[in-house]
Amino acid sequence: MNRHGAAAIFRHEMARFFRTIWQSIASPVLSTALYFVVFGSAIGGRIQSVEGVPYGAFIVPGLMMLTVLQQSVSNASFGIYFPKFSGTIYEYLVSPVGWVEITLGFVGAAAVKAILIAFLILATSYFFVEMHVLHPLWMLAFLFLTALAFSLLGFIIGLWAKSFEQLQVVPLMVVTPLVFLGGAFYSADMLPPFWESVAKLNPVLYLISGFRWSFFGLADVPVTVSLLAVAAMIVVCMGIIRWIFATGWRLRD
Amino acid sequence: MSGIIEIENLSKQYGSGTRALDDVSLSIREGEILALLGPNGAGKTTLISIICGLVVPTSGTVRVGGHDIRTDWRAARRLIGLVPQEIALEPFESVIDSVRYTRALYGEPPDDAHVEAVLRSLALWGKRDAATRELSGGMKRRVLIAKALSHRPKVLFLDEPTAGVDVVLRREMWDVVRDLRRSGVTIILTTHYLEEAEEMADRIGVIDKGKLALIQTKAEMMGEFGRKTLVIELDTALPALPAGLARPGLALSDDGASLAYDYDTKAERTGIARLLGDLAQNGVGVRDISTTQSSLEEIFMNLVSETPRVSA
Repeated sequence: MNRHGAAAIFRHEMARFFRTIWQSIASPVLSTALYFVVFGSAIGGRIQSVEGVPYGAFIVPGLMMLTVLQQSVSNASFGIYFPKFSGTIYEYLVSPVGWVEITLGFVGAAAVKAILIAFLILATSYFFVEMHVLHPLWMLAFLFLTALAFSLLGFIIGLWAKSFEQLQVVPLMVVTPLVFLGGAFYSADMLPPFWESVAKLNPVLYLISGFRWSFFGLADVPVTVSLLAVAAMIVVCMGIIRWIFATGWRLRD
Repeated sequence: MSGIIEIENLSKQYGSGTRALDDVSLSIREGEILALLGPNGAGKTTLISIICGLVVPTSGTVRVGGHDIRTDWRAARRLIGLVPQEIALEPFESVIDSVRYTRALYGEPPDDAHVEAVLRSLALWGKRDAATRELSGGMKRRVLIAKALSHRPKVLFLDEPTAGVDVVLRREMWDVVRDLRRSGVTIILTTHYLEEAEEMADRIGVIDKGKLALIQTKAEMMGEFGRKTLVIELDTALPALPAGLARPGLALSDDGASLAYDYDTKAERTGIARLLGDLAQNGVGVRDISTTQSSLEEIFMNLVSETPRVSA
């Protein structure tokens, strides 16, 4: 294990985040504020509460998840795609760093950045709604596991992508729709039975449900199922990354 | 004694069917400068890319410092530094951070004294805080060398180190390479500038169509393949070559003032003594005699033009 290598990649990626700190912070804070204005005030004024939770507060876990998923995927995919684009990927391939160190560095940094922004959104939400977290440790656990799982997914997208267009297509066409349809702004119980069954095919529903449970004790699906879903995603993604580095697919000739 | 790099029966066939390397075996001695010469697409970059870990070989083995590059890759890679052909640097990173980063990737703890020494040796210390995008092409290439030296490698690969750089900078790069050799680093450089190989290398390997056509010391190559030309300045210009002097390799200059005689230095009889005797016998007076030797470029062209080229 090359710990200096893994730590260097992690610090290097975090440095990129801090170099553009205002862009990194301003964009999610502004989006969150807009979501609160649109969903919390305009629509929330009509919905009032969902299962006893004020609508403005109800959407906070969904908003955090939306951001964590988007940030995890985009940070990790860009992190590994940029060296491929600029040609500096050769450094990782010729130095004594293995797939574990490279993944730890890139994915770890992407996940930490996403978690930091999620906390920023939570802090922003206190300006709009009254919030309290029922199970803070579980909230942290869900946040960490989800950020990790989607950073791994983003890392795979970055390894796979051959152009900036490909880099954008999965987050835009797959991740964002899954989050919106995964109960970020509503409970699956609010859907007609048929659509509730369809919604339960969406893996993101399980993440948002578990995360919302840690806030309010309310869940669309059992919490253990949510945990198993995110753990399964982590295992599958790790397996794919290991295979990519072992075979050199899209990395080595 | 085994070399610092031992290559045995190395082959690489790409998915497209192109055979970039074909059964190459080679031993590289510690502390030498080896120049790999060959036309574009000959397989030079594929060879060093396999040794460094960028390309997976189809068959064969490579050992660096006794470590197999596939089964003991971490130990093998720690001994290697690579300066790639293309300039690839993170544009917003400072020079010193870029060098520190590479050192860390090689598993080495921070050592700013060493980083400073490397940057000073490459005349980059004054630019240590500059972002790499602000540097000239030559400086960027030196940053790549600094990065490759950041972990004190025993073997340095320079892939076309002076491609696209001006003459002054090329000479500067040669000085850098010589300094590195003096510090004990084994250097393998690929080039298609014959002047470069002639100027710097201890040994020259010629790669053509994926095969190692030849590997010899520069002196051996010049001796073995070099042809010399004997130039004889005549007392009086001749209107034509007298019949008594005619022989293969001998030609009269256009103005008739000199004779040029090409001969093979490794031949048992060069024919020089006989030619001089025949000149005297035919009453041709000689004013001066000199010899010129064929350049490495001519030797190289002879080697790679022996078989017809195929497009890869």
